[in-house]
Amino acid sequence: MVFVRELPEAQQKRMLGQELPDFGEAPWATGPALASRRIAIITTAGLHKRDDRPFGAGSGEYRVIPGDTESADLVMSHGSTNFDRSGFQLDINTVFPIDRLRECRDDGVIGEIADFHYAFMGATHPELMAAAAADVAGLLKADKVDGVIFSPV
Amino acid sequence: MGGLSHYLERAGLPTAGISLVRRQTEHIKPPRALAVDFELGRPFGAPNEPVFQRRVLEALLALFEAPEGPVLADFPDPPPGPPADLEGWSCPVNLAVGEQDLDDDEGRFKALAQEIELLRPWYDMAVSARGRTTYGISGLEPADIARFMADFIKDQNTPSPRPGIGVGQLLKWATDDLKAYYFEAAMARPGASSDVILADWLWGETVCGRLFLELCEICAASEDAMVKRLGDRSLVPHIQAHRRA
Repeated sequence: MVFVRELPEAQQKRMLGQELPDFGEAPWATGPALASRRIAIITTAGLHKRDDRPFGAGSGEYRVIPGDTESADLVMSHGSTNFDRSGFQLDINTVFPIDRLRECRDDGVIGEIADFHYAFMGATHPELMAAAAADVAGLLKADKVDGVIFSPV
Repeated sequence: MGGLSHYLERAGLPTAGISLVRRQTEHIKPPRALAVDFELGRPFGAPNEPVFQRRVLEALLALFEAPEGPVLADFPDPPPGPPADLEGWSCPVNLAVGEQDLDDDEGRFKALAQEIELLRPWYDMAVSARGRTTYGISGLEPADIARFMADFIKDQNTPSPRPGIGVGQLLKWATDDLKAYYFEAAMARPGASSDVILADWLWGETVCGRLFLELCEICAASEDAMVKRLGDRSLVPHIQAHRRA
């Protein structure tokens, strides 16, 4: 709904001052040239297929978004009310850039697109997502993904 | 988001993420991040701006070519689209809902149901034009949501109309559905609009917004943790909190 800098001061402090885990130094995985990579999207916008289970409050679960999912079949059940949803309502690519990614593949910017993408519900403490993340990591590897892009809200 | 990057990267998967809150990202230090100065909820900038979205995506993908990290790059441009403060513009959806008494239990339901029906042609037009709707996570029809909300405002012991789903959770999904319905309908009207103006319209000028505010106060006083959570933080956006009693 607004830029972070435009949030009321109290909300900015809450958002920026919240206790965040210390993950230490960033790990660094490598892969082939971008034009050869197989890319998957992980969104933390709480997206899921219409007939899938909505996310509950504080959920650390994930939902699978098959690569051939139609945009009309994706809905959002994120717990927060403090971000704009009208952009997603007008155009799924505002949040989940699947059409832009397909263009990048067709133009040779990337190699391939994964068969499956994944969604989490942001605003969940990262530690609650750890088990699901380990599961998703295995699934991405089985899908031969070597590049994951994250899209938050 | 940054935490997930660490988990996957440790598992051997290269990751790159959009950062909407740069200071958080500076703290969490994911391997590769692209900081953008966009609205929360719009990580790729703006709707129906494919050229701009593509630039953001390619800037993000380019981080995979960085030789070492962590990398925190800045996307240089603001998002395209109308400014958030269109002076003199007001939402053209004029909802003449009649003289229903919003302090009366049945009047609340009638007024909200009537307002929903007045918006129906625009909502249907939105669905037709876009080929999709984001309404539908509650599993309830809009009129059923109106009934559920009005009943709950009247009596907080009102049971969930969906067996197996708690009242607090269903109220959250139902109110999010109604927000989507109102926004999608209003955006189907021609003319300039911005999400900020639409939100001011929903929360300041509609029966739905007024009942949301009433519901919020009731929920905030609830002893049910999930219902209370809805009232405390999951119904009224912070930017509209000044409207609360």
